[in-house]
Amino acid sequence: MLPVSLGHYLAVSAVLLVLGVFGIFLNRKNVIVILMSIELILLAVNLNLVAFSATLGDLAGQIFAMFVLTVAAAEAAIGLAIVVVYFRNRGSIEVEDVTLMKG
Amino acid sequence: MNWTLALPEIALAVSGMAILLFGVLRKEESGFLASMLAIGALLLAGVLMTATGAGHAYDGQFVVDPFSVALKLLILAGAILGVALSVDYNRAEGIGRFEFPVLIVMATVGMMVMVSAANLMTLYLGLELQSLSIYVLAAFARENLRSAEAGLKYFVLGALASGLLLYGMTLVYGFTGTMDFARIATGLADPMQVSAGLIVGVVFILAGLAFKISAVPFHMWTPDVYEGAPTPVTAFLSTAPKVAAMGLLLRVMIGPFGHLLAQWQGLVVLVSIASMLLGALGAIGQRNIKRLMAYSSIGHMGYALIGLAAGTVSGVRGVLVYLAVYIFMSAGAFAVILAMRRGGRAVEGIADLAGLGRSDPALAMLMSVFMFSMAGIPPLSGFFGKLYVFLAAVQSGMWTLAIIGVLTSVVGAYYYVRIIKVMYFDAGETGFAVRPATLSIVAAGSGLVTLLFALFAAPVVAMAEAAARALLG
Repeated sequence: MLPVSLGHYLAVSAVLLVLGVFGIFLNRKNVIVILMSIELILLAVNLNLVAFSATLGDLAGQIFAMFVLTVAAAEAAIGLAIVVVYFRNRGSIEVEDVTLMKG
Repeated sequence: MNWTLALPEIALAVSGMAILLFGVLRKEESGFLASMLAIGALLLAGVLMTATGAGHAYDGQFVVDPFSVALKLLILAGAILGVALSVDYNRAEGIGRFEFPVLIVMATVGMMVMVSAANLMTLYLGLELQSLSIYVLAAFARENLRSAEAGLKYFVLGALASGLLLYGMTLVYGFTGTMDFARIATGLADPMQVSAGLIVGVVFILAGLAFKISAVPFHMWTPDVYEGAPTPVTAFLSTAPKVAAMGLLLRVMIGPFGHLLAQWQGLVVLVSIASMLLGALGAIGQRNIKRLMAYSSIGHMGYALIGLAAGTVSGVRGVLVYLAVYIFMSAGAFAVILAMRRGGRAVEGIADLAGLGRSDPALAMLMSVFMFSMAGIPPLSGFFGKLYVFLAAVQSGMWTLAIIGVLTSVVGAYYYVRIIKVMYFDAGETGFAVRPATLSIVAAGSGLVTLLFALFAAPVVAMAEAAARALLG
């Protein structure tokens, strides 16, 4: 059986990052999908941190992953709150409607 | 373990939470009182900062040196100006809630932690505390669609930038094996240690921080957020967070990645040139003065980046002088913009300034000082800011950068001078509503600093020089 090495973890994490970035830029539907893409990016980061931490035998990476999880929770809360405020004013959370200011 | 080094931050965080409690427990409207308490807390932090020593704390994760002290003073000054500018506007617009100053205080704690970071973890936590507070501030006028949209845009793009920055930090951690800035620097002293993965990580970090200072090509959010956010938030956004993010960029690029100068220098030069060009050209057709200020701030960050591109003591000194000059020009200009009220409503068009030279000569005079200074006309402060960064570029042999800088500031002068022309030569409507005392005080104070900078340039430059020497060790 093929052993799972650091390279595999990094590859998965890079794929997650690219998915997240594309999810933000190619998504034309819904702001909630953007929030999910942001979570995906942070998951990629956490996977990287834990994989490096295990390979290096250094706990700092795992502690950092804990901090990232905490901040991600706060970020999601603030993001959803802003989406709610936006919805109350606009009556929609379609990405295509977020175009009041341009130029 | 010398925890007292972080005393200003601790005191500020505790007072921020105390003001929050005070606001919650007090039943009636307490926006004004909370703002005054916040200014008090920021002043207290400034006083405490002069009392604390220098050195590393918290197992080397937190550093206090002349560089961080200089930046923190600027950040505190920017935050105090931001709170002072917000009081009357918020009350007039019906958003005078006590959360506003609390959020500014919390963002300030984050910024102070950012510039004192000596570890990737500290850097990230400080940056996020600042960003999360500012996302909320941008959407603070929650009844207003434009403010909500500004908050949403800033949040989405800001979170993306934080994610990219974080991804870069994990790569740097993985390929150097440590998060400590000093140990990263020692590791990278050996060119054999530099791997492709590490360079990718550094580029990601550079991109994330370029977003925070709104440098091209990560500037897309700036005009929209500046226009949509409540004006005091825009004023705050263009002062303290810019100082903190630029300080962080200097610390990271010159500290741990200083040995990679050859690798990142070209990128910084490109970003700097692109920002100066876009700042000069993008502002020309604008009708909204807040949008114009957004392009102006993109341009100013491009000029400041010249100093980073030089990567020398005189370059860092130039950036610090530029930032010091910039926050006062910017706060003063926003004080004038906040005074633009007619019939109980805030007006934001450049055309609304027409006739100000006759209806309110003092205000028009102050605005002219800020605009001439931003254009870089001597003997105003903006000239000295540009002088020191161009000097650094020339000393490092980067003639192209200096020449492009001079050319774009000539183009930029066009739209700054256009505002002055509108104020003095265009026939306009009646004057603005009577302005509150706080705006007059901030505008006059910033105007004096801008006008008389030449008189006290020497101590400022000496302080910037000491800070730059501390950073480059």
